[in-house]
Amino acid sequence: MGPLQIIFLLAAALVLGAAILVVTTRNLVHAALWLIVALFGVAVLYVLLNASFFAVVQIVIYIGAIAILFIFAVMLTRRIGAKDIGPQNNPNWWLAALLALLMLGGLATIFLSWPAFNTPLPPLSNQVDLIAALGKSLVTTYLLPFELASVLLVAALIGAIFVSWERK
Amino acid sequence: MTIETLIWLLPLPPLLAFALIVLFTNRWKALSHSIAVGAAFLSWLGSMVVVFRALGIEHFGAEGRVFESSVAWLPLGETSFRIGVLIDPLSAATLFFVAWTVLMIFVYSVGYHNFGQPQGDHDHAGLPPHGATVADEHGHTHKVPSIEPMYARFFAFIGLFAFGMYTLVVSDNLLTLFVGWEIMGLCSYLLIGFWYAKPSARDAAIKAFMTTRVGDVFMLLGVAYLYAMTGTLNFRAIFFNEEVLHRLATTPAVDGFLGLSAAGLIGLLLFIGTIGKSAQWPLHTWLPDAMEGPTPVSAMIHAATMVSAGVYMVIRMFPLLSAGWHEGAALTPPMLAMAVIGSITALFAATIAVAQNDVKRVLAYSTVSQLGYMVAALGIGAYIAAAFHLIMHAFFKALLFLGSGSIIHGMEHGVLHTDDLVDPQNMLNMGGLRRKMPLTFVTFLIGGLALAGFPFVTAGFWSKDEILADAFAHAPLVFVVLAVAAFLTAFYTARQITLTFLGQPRTASAQHAQESKWTMTLPLVVLAVFAVGAGWVGTPWKNLFHEFVGGTLLEHPEALPFSQALVPMVLSILISLSGLAAGWLVYRHYEAGQADPLAKALGVVHTWLKNKWYFDEIYHALFVRPSAWFSETFTYKWMDRGVIDGILHTVARLAFGIGPILRNYFDKPVVNEFIGDGSASVVQWFGRRLRLVQTGQVQFYMMTALVIAIGVLLAVIALP
Amino acid sequence: MQTIPLSWYLIFSAALFCIGLFGVLSRKNAVAILMSIELMLNAVNVNLLAFWRYRSPETVAGQAFAIMVFAVAAAEVAVGLALIISVYRRRKTIVADEIDLMKW
Repeated sequence: MGPLQIIFLLAAALVLGAAILVVTTRNLVHAALWLIVALFGVAVLYVLLNASFFAVVQIVIYIGAIAILFIFAVMLTRRIGAKDIGPQNNPNWWLAALLALLMLGGLATIFLSWPAFNTPLPPLSNQVDLIAALGKSLVTTYLLPFELASVLLVAALIGAIFVSWERK
Repeated sequence: MTIETLIWLLPLPPLLAFALIVLFTNRWKALSHSIAVGAAFLSWLGSMVVVFRALGIEHFGAEGRVFESSVAWLPLGETSFRIGVLIDPLSAATLFFVAWTVLMIFVYSVGYHNFGQPQGDHDHAGLPPHGATVADEHGHTHKVPSIEPMYARFFAFIGLFAFGMYTLVVSDNLLTLFVGWEIMGLCSYLLIGFWYAKPSARDAAIKAFMTTRVGDVFMLLGVAYLYAMTGTLNFRAIFFNEEVLHRLATTPAVDGFLGLSAAGLIGLLLFIGTIGKSAQWPLHTWLPDAMEGPTPVSAMIHAATMVSAGVYMVIRMFPLLSAGWHEGAALTPPMLAMAVIGSITALFAATIAVAQNDVKRVLAYSTVSQLGYMVAALGIGAYIAAAFHLIMHAFFKALLFLGSGSIIHGMEHGVLHTDDLVDPQNMLNMGGLRRKMPLTFVTFLIGGLALAGFPFVTAGFWSKDEILADAFAHAPLVFVVLAVAAFLTAFYTARQITLTFLGQPRTASAQHAQESKWTMTLPLVVLAVFAVGAGWVGTPWKNLFHEFVGGTLLEHPEALPFSQALVPMVLSILISLSGLAAGWLVYRHYEAGQADPLAKALGVVHTWLKNKWYFDEIYHALFVRPSAWFSETFTYKWMDRGVIDGILHTVARLAFGIGPILRNYFDKPVVNEFIGDGSASVVQWFGRRLRLVQTGQVQFYMMTALVIAIGVLLAVIALP
Repeated sequence: MQTIPLSWYLIFSAALFCIGLFGVLSRKNAVAILMSIELMLNAVNVNLLAFWRYRSPETVAGQAFAIMVFAVAAAEVAVGLALIISVYRRRKTIVADEIDLMKW
């Protein structure tokens, strides 16, 4: 069991545990905080995958923006004086759990039948600068998806403002 | 213009006259009769040219020495059916008398229909005119004959009729002959029923048409059979062709019908056409009733032309009828039929004529009888004699009929003048007319003597004598019958002349009778000339007629040697003179109101003869009543109203019944409720239950989608 | 040195995805549902990058795709939360089961 494997296992356990708590806690603020923890763990995994850029992006964007957004949303939609009483899950949660487990099982079965399931880690060539390559590709080969993504963000921005604009 | 073109044009002027009068000049009487008489004159002129040209040709009638011209009319594969004109000796002679008699009758009709007289007081189109009242300068009113209301129409019809007759005479094939035949049949219907408002005229017209139709059907069968056997209907090709005639004579008829040869069957069928058209027994009943028509009609149709057409046709057909016969051999079946029927008719009609009182009826039966003579003559093989008698008879019978018209006009004048309402046609009301109508008397006398066969000076003597001579030489039985008929002919002729002209007037009308105008008496004179003079071409010593007309046949028929003709001539002189004398003697003292002396002598036989041997009654019971029953009861009541209407009504009732059933038991419950409302309610039922899927809750939707997705996933994993 | 086989990453991302799925299906609060969706998206991203690293590390297609997923996830969260806030203002509730205007 190499050190990387141990790190992976710890990070994976952290993420999965935080995720389970996200979907089960009663207190929504707690759920958001546990979400932040899960996102952190995922960032660690990105580092393990040599996708260091993504790890940073994860932390900056997901945790720095999206998770904060979640907290704001929770605050804004909390009923004043309402306690988080009553169950937070639907009466049919057992069906949902069953389905999730089945999904997991299904996916696992598919993966297991795939011959390249246990591919070992191929070596990276140290000639290539990954981030530079990514940056260059975003403005040459993948220019169109890049621009489209930016248009999408603008649209989402305008949309979000418009949807939540309070008309007096 | 070649002679053939002229022959083509001969029938046209009367046709044009018909068309012009019908279409344009119907309102103008003078114009119409001028067109008609002018047309008859043109055709007469052309006919005379043709006849005189024909007389000038030596051996006219031999191969190549006829006037013929034909056109290809109906294409039939490789060949064509040709129609055209032919003038050979027979048709030249026929053309001669047709032209003269038609012209004379056209001229006569102008006077007969009282041209120039005022319109009647209450004359009606469709009824005979009955007088106009005129006032003279002193204010005396008296009635005079009035002009016929349908004046122009008459000339149109006789124009069409003349066209039919000319077509028949000039045609070179049986088909156009038949066309002319039928046109004349139609005109006979139109003209007999000219005064269509009279029920008796209408009935007579139908009777004439129907009776001749019976004959025509068989004739058409004969024509068709002849065409089927020979592939042609051209006269020269059949009757002037030894090989064709021989073949027809030796081939047996279809299915060996009655053991006849083809020629025999065809001949019999064609002869039946003549029986109808020339009013032979048993199809004679229409001719006397045809006297309902105006007298020019009786003269033309029933003396000179139409009935002559029947005899003309059998004379034409003689080579076919006698195919296989030669002088001295047994008669062929058609000839035997003609001899028998002709002689029966001659005697039968003569017996009826002696008991008739209507002046035209006597002449009608006389015509039937004389036609019987001609048919019988042909039956025993006396070809030339029959043709000769045909032509002579046309002249003197037309003369007699026109004369009777003049008599009737004179009597009518008397009737109108005296208001003595007697039948102007009944001879018992006449008498002494020789003083009142001298020209009519003389011409009528000439015609009557010709009919009776008065020796030497009349045409009738020579023609009748030739027939009797032939019969005496070849068929003694026929001679006896014809001789008795000749006696009776002379008797009733003398009876007629005596009752009408001799003695004293028996009624006031006869007292005031008047001679007719020149338009009526001129034709009488012309025809009288022919009645006297025409016979001289056929004397036994030098029979010019025989030589000329004999050229029509392939083998020039032999004339009877004069020695053989002597005895029959003496006999016929005796018969004719004794008959005339007997008639005069019996009737010369007849006075008004007396019974007919013959009735006293014959008793019940006279009644039998007067009622025409009850043939009309027999035919009525045998044919008319059953047909009337068939059409009124069987066809109309049972078939049409019962069966056909019954089917229709049943179908209608069925439809009416099925309709509500379908509506109530199928349309409403099944289509409306079950299918229509039912499908709607099923959809509604499903919808109400299926819409519960739409909960509006997003997680529920996702859950459902996932369930299905996992299901599919498991299936994909599990199954293969 | 022993490396992490691909299978670990794949199983991990499957598990994270299914947890997120459970959350989506069973949480009442709409914001909580969105959070679960974020978990699912992250699992997807991990999957993508794992495949990129292990199968074709020389190409950048995998990375580019992962960038797109990031951008889309961000945009989606923004709009989604705006919507939830808008709904909350109208109906005074963000319990998913009570937002059922599309009910029959």
